[in-house]
Amino acid sequence: MNATLSPQNILIIGATSGIAEAVARRYASIGANLFLVARNSKKLAIISSDLIARGATNVQLFVLNAHEYDLLPQMVEQAWAAFGIINVALIAYGTLPDQTRAETDLDYAITEFRTNAESVIACLTILANRFETQGYGVISVIGSVASDRGRGSNYVYGSAKSAIESFTSGLRSRLYKKGVHVLLIKPGFVATAMTANLNLPEKLTASPESVAINIQNAISHRKNVVYTPSFWAFIMLIIKLIPNIIFKRLSL
Amino acid sequence: MVELLSWGRYPRQPQHPHAVFWADEISHVLGKIVETNKTSLIYGMGRSYGDSCLAVSNQVVTTQGMDRILAADWETGVIFAQAGLSFAELIQITLPRGWFLPVTPGTKYVSLGGAVANDVHGKNHHVMGTFGRHILRLFLYRSDEGIVECSRHIRSDLFVATIGGLGLSGVIVAVEFQLRPIETSRINQTSIRFGGLTEFFQLTASHDHTHEYTVAWIDCLATGQNAGRGHYIMGNHAKADIAHTHTQLTLAPHKRMKIPFDPPFSLINTLSLRAFNTLYYHKQQQKQISRCVSYDPFFYPLDSLKHWNRIYGHAGFQQYQCVIPQRDGQTAIADIMQEIAKSGSGSFLAVLKQCGDIISPGLLSFPMHGVSLALDFPQHDQKNTQLFNRLDRLVHEVGGRLYPAKDAHMSAEHFQQAYPQWQQIEAMRDPRLFSKFWQRVTQ
Repeated sequence: MNATLSPQNILIIGATSGIAEAVARRYASIGANLFLVARNSKKLAIISSDLIARGATNVQLFVLNAHEYDLLPQMVEQAWAAFGIINVALIAYGTLPDQTRAETDLDYAITEFRTNAESVIACLTILANRFETQGYGVISVIGSVASDRGRGSNYVYGSAKSAIESFTSGLRSRLYKKGVHVLLIKPGFVATAMTANLNLPEKLTASPESVAINIQNAISHRKNVVYTPSFWAFIMLIIKLIPNIIFKRLSL
Repeated sequence: MVELLSWGRYPRQPQHPHAVFWADEISHVLGKIVETNKTSLIYGMGRSYGDSCLAVSNQVVTTQGMDRILAADWETGVIFAQAGLSFAELIQITLPRGWFLPVTPGTKYVSLGGAVANDVHGKNHHVMGTFGRHILRLFLYRSDEGIVECSRHIRSDLFVATIGGLGLSGVIVAVEFQLRPIETSRINQTSIRFGGLTEFFQLTASHDHTHEYTVAWIDCLATGQNAGRGHYIMGNHAKADIAHTHTQLTLAPHKRMKIPFDPPFSLINTLSLRAFNTLYYHKQQQKQISRCVSYDPFFYPLDSLKHWNRIYGHAGFQQYQCVIPQRDGQTAIADIMQEIAKSGSGSFLAVLKQCGDIISPGLLSFPMHGVSLALDFPQHDQKNTQLFNRLDRLVHEVGGRLYPAKDAHMSAEHFQQAYPQWQQIEAMRDPRLFSKFWQRVTQ
């Protein structure tokens, strides 16, 4: 069996996020080994027991805050030590900044940008080198449809996700030659804890379970970029096509 | 934004959801609601038919994100899970390992917490009792005490007030319960056509003790000679077959048709009902048919049609489910059936079930030794009120009672007489939790 097509060893950074948890459950149900990274050890322990009950063969935990860059090499070392190889890494954490606050509170804006962009880039850099040595595997990152065009209502978040998009695009080209694949996942509205307090349009809001199915498929089919649900590709195409002269007048 | 209704979509009082994903968020979310709205309520999968899942404040805490398994022992079949986990999801996990729910209602889209709060029962009530009997311990969040563990031995007062307690004794956070072992995912089912209620009671007397699952579907519109006709269905879990070991514990395929929107009017009327019931009754040509079926159509025939509640149109519907004590079972059910047939209203299929004498630990548990009858009625204000008043009187006279999880109409007087321990629940109630049902039947 092709090891990269039926992943056995999965590393998830930001494992307590709603989408990550749904993805982890899908891999658990086929008996995968999971190395889970998040900042909250209590939540990690609960998720671990859930994944074991759902069929995961082995679940290992690592507590890490997104800004603790000096712990990243140790985390990567432990993940590889635990399972020998890692077939798939998924970076799934992120925050949804309060745009209005970010407009006046510079510290807040910078912290949010660092969490959503800089720390992910740090993570990707460390992972990329380890995967490069391994010579195969998939690195996947959760971006957002918000990276397609900066909008007045959430451009701090959008620009952070744009940074990820450019970074992964370059990284993909670099690692392709080394047998490592890089996938950027661009979810639209998903009903998770991160969006629980938002007034999301019901018809456009996907469940984390359906997004997880798309992610798993994109990983096994080695897609470069995937919109989930797929209709967002169409919505964003239209948004990108709106001329600036009109776009700047819209309250999007 | 999604506004939530109860399953019957009557009374139509949209609920505003506030989601929790972890137990330690409950206090904060509930606190914020209570600050401006005084009280709230927990909303699981919204399969309660009437107003028992509707908050007086219309602000509910939703628990679908709390759906994790905290521990599972596949040797003993003891499972400990968060309250938002659905039975559908539980089956996906437990069935391939040879374990099934000890008791299940007719839909798998209920949450574990909802199953406890309504002390659900199923087709095996006569041998397994209610779901509440299989609970080993509960974790409950109370606004005055925080998270409390309770069981038959620890805080038993809280334990018995929570089983069937309609979600009022606190927020059910996690539940530990005992699964039942199965050898295969199939059911050996036998269906027997019967011509009237007398025959039903004979069938149930002679087959209930050899079959774990028994239930009857009744043509609720048949009158005269045909009154009380229907199909009696019984089943047992199929035993393992040495020749087919690899297919024995297989999950049912995930196929669901969907009613995509509200039809502009109810599709259920006297004409369609009569046609359906007659067809259904005559569908089975032979007197008796035996076959081996998957667990899914056997337990959850309606689940294959997503949002089937929409067939009643915008007005919604009410379910009428009563249980009549054994002594008066046959005559009272005959009287009730007659009233319903006369009204020309009623459901596609009425469900008749002999309940056993196993007592639930819960104070407000619905089933009692006797016969239970359940029917759906499209919502027509005056027509339903008149019919329900007549039915309520018949039920009340013989000491029967209605099922709170299905109710949207019973009077405070009938409720309080049928459930004399309601005051104990009121005394144990978390002051921050208050449902429209509870307001209606206690004030």
